[in-house]
Amino acid sequence: MLSISNLHATVADKPILKGLSLTINAGEIHAIMGPNGAGKSTLGYTLAGRPGYQVTAGGAQFDGQDLLALDAHERAAAGLFLGFQYPVEIPGVSNVQFLRESLNAQRKLRGEPPLSGADFLKVARAQADAMGMDLDMLKRPVNVGFSGGEKKRNEMVQMGILNPKLALLDETDSGLDIDALRIVGEGINRIMRKPDKAVLLITHYQRLLDYVQPDFVHVLADGKIVRSGGPELALELERDGYKDLAA
Amino acid sequence: MTDTPIKDQAARDAAAKVAEYEHGWSADIETDFAPKGLTEDTVRFISAKKNEPDWMLDWRLKAFRLWQTMDAPDWAKLNVPPIDYQDAYYYAAPKAKKKLESLDEVDPEILKVYEKLGIPIEEQKVLAGVEGARKVAVDAVFDSVSVATTFREELKKAGVIFLSISEAIREYPDLVKKWLGRVVPVRDNYFAALNCAVFSDGTFVYIPEGVRCPMELSTYFRINAENTGQFERTLIIADKGSYVSYLEGCTAPMRDENQLHAAVVELVALDDAEIKYSTVQNWYPGDAQGKGGIYNFVTKRALCQGARSKVSWTQVETGSAITWKYPSCVLNGDDSVGEFYSVAVTNNYQQADTGTKMIHNGKRTRSTIVSKGISAGHSSGTYRGLVRVAPQAEGVRNFTQCDSLLLGDQCGAHTVPYIEVKNPSAQIEHEATTSKISDDQLFYAMQRGLAQEEAVALIVNGFAKEVLQQLPMEFAVEAQKLLGISLEGSVG
Ligand SMILES: Nc1ncnc2c1ncn2[C@@H]1O[C@H](COP(=O)(O)OP(=O)(O)OP(=O)(O)O)[C@@H](O)[C@H]1O
Ligand SMILES: [Mg+2]
Repeated sequence: MLSISNLHATVADKPILKGLSLTINAGEIHAIMGPNGAGKSTLGYTLAGRPGYQVTAGGAQFDGQDLLALDAHERAAAGLFLGFQYPVEIPGVSNVQFLRESLNAQRKLRGEPPLSGADFLKVARAQADAMGMDLDMLKRPVNVGFSGGEKKRNEMVQMGILNPKLALLDETDSGLDIDALRIVGEGINRIMRKPDKAVLLITHYQRLLDYVQPDFVHVLADGKIVRSGGPELALELERDGYKDLAA
Repeated sequence: MTDTPIKDQAARDAAAKVAEYEHGWSADIETDFAPKGLTEDTVRFISAKKNEPDWMLDWRLKAFRLWQTMDAPDWAKLNVPPIDYQDAYYYAAPKAKKKLESLDEVDPEILKVYEKLGIPIEEQKVLAGVEGARKVAVDAVFDSVSVATTFREELKKAGVIFLSISEAIREYPDLVKKWLGRVVPVRDNYFAALNCAVFSDGTFVYIPEGVRCPMELSTYFRINAENTGQFERTLIIADKGSYVSYLEGCTAPMRDENQLHAAVVELVALDDAEIKYSTVQNWYPGDAQGKGGIYNFVTKRALCQGARSKVSWTQVETGSAITWKYPSCVLNGDDSVGEFYSVAVTNNYQQADTGTKMIHNGKRTRSTIVSKGISAGHSSGTYRGLVRVAPQAEGVRNFTQCDSLLLGDQCGAHTVPYIEVKNPSAQIEHEATTSKISDDQLFYAMQRGLAQEEAVALIVNGFAKEVLQQLPMEFAVEAQKLLGISLEGSVG
């Protein structure tokens, strides 16, 4: 589904990704861990097409397309979703409006008819319910005044509504209380654990992986994948930290 | 507005007749135009053309003489190139538009906007000034005679007078004489004096005591805007306990050869009356390099003369190269209420200096000001607002909220509040914010599937929502689209 080869990227002329390769097949769940500042979020932004994240070498194929040739919104329509480490507030724009316009913009690009207001609300309600989010919050402006945990939960509601093929989830577990962690974990499984979908979880802790069992775990350090393994690698890292990995 | 085609020729002719005669907006302005330049003779010519009574001519002449002694204001934060008033025609507005052969000759940018607004093709032709388009479009717009007739009959039944100001001068001289220039005196300002001398036409509305006007009064068919020339004059009188909602303007960008527009709008609300006046202004703003565009110097003022009267101004200003406009309320009646809701967008090299004045003379008068300025490109937007409380005005309240949103770092936003309080019991609140559309917000929205311009439009509409909500429903939808369109190309 996603194959990244030798990806180099700079931010503000500073090299951050330095030859990163990674392949994710449909049906797989991958986790990426790594020290602060290693470039995990940068990887997510670069793949999602954030302006200012310059690819200087290497490439990425998504579903047989040259991912890097697409604009950010085209990547979204192609089925790529980024759960933000720091979800953004948009005053004055309700969640409902934001998501409905977003979904319909995606559908338009895919040549699908728009969803009516009523049909959209049905979908939105179901997803909010499943994520234990109050309906009132759907009507509130996007992330404005949401607590840290509520913002993360909202990211998952959005993922449920947009129903992507590939989700890059950047520290979706940070800031969640114990119950919310479980709900989010179950949500990821419910929405994304399907034979035709895939997930890349960026996380610092094993606790999310208790709910969302990864097929592969990778360590990203200094802009590269320095080690890959199975679920046991996460446990090992939790025990030993990253110090032995400094290459 | 629907697109029901007109069934038979008789109906078609009747529709044309309604358009040309009953409205009086084109009947007597067929071919002539006054010679270039502005002299007393020009004023006499205009007055004669309109068959005006002597008192009207005298009024115009007095205004003209006064205007000659006045200077153009220079206090606004605007850079206005010198205007040569002798190098213009003052009585040819409807014909001054160069007729085009077909839509192919129209600026493709403007056509794109028409398309985005979903304006039917025949109407596009009229807006753009294509030869021979008018009648067809009038048919299309009037969509059937019955609509026009029902409309007029319904108003008549309610006792509402809704005419061109020229007709009103002839048919209701007492009403006009009583109120014309009462709200905006001839000497009020340079552009108002000019308007008094040479105003071409405009609208007159009278709502009798206790009547709730049965429909939104507007340039009720978009097309009527065709004849809103450069010196428009509007007078609306809401008698005791009456209500009217008036819509002015047009979301479609209007091509116009007249560079200077100096309208005057006067509103009068008597005891317990309410007037809601909504404007969408989208005159040609000039091109992306700042060439061309309309200078829009408007004087709009409401007299809340009666106790418990209320006037709300709502404006969405996206057009014109230069806008100079301060819809105001003089709150004379005790417990009267003034409101001003404004969204002003400037892009490219547009300049806008706009705001309001709330003059609290009556006791317990209240005013609310919500101004949302959006600046992009190299443009500059200024909010200028005055809140004045007279010594005798006990218990006055005002709330002002002034928000500016910037796109990019080449544009400017300024807030200039003037507060003059002569009565210590007044409660005046002023809040102001300036924010930017952040790259984070844009990327977040794009990651969810919105193209950059859609993302900008969404965020901007969120910013302006409080004001857009004040617009009548069908206008609000168009205004929303318009905001997005006005800001296209402003990011990235
Ligand atoms: N705009 C920028 N200008 C300069 N450096 C930047 C910019 N954005 C990110 N960086 C740097 O890029 C490096 C990688 O950042 P990134 O956010 O990808 O790290 P991360 O692995 O997600 O870390 P964390 O675990 O703390 O979230 C950091 O050193 C960061 O300071
Ligand atoms: Mg990070």
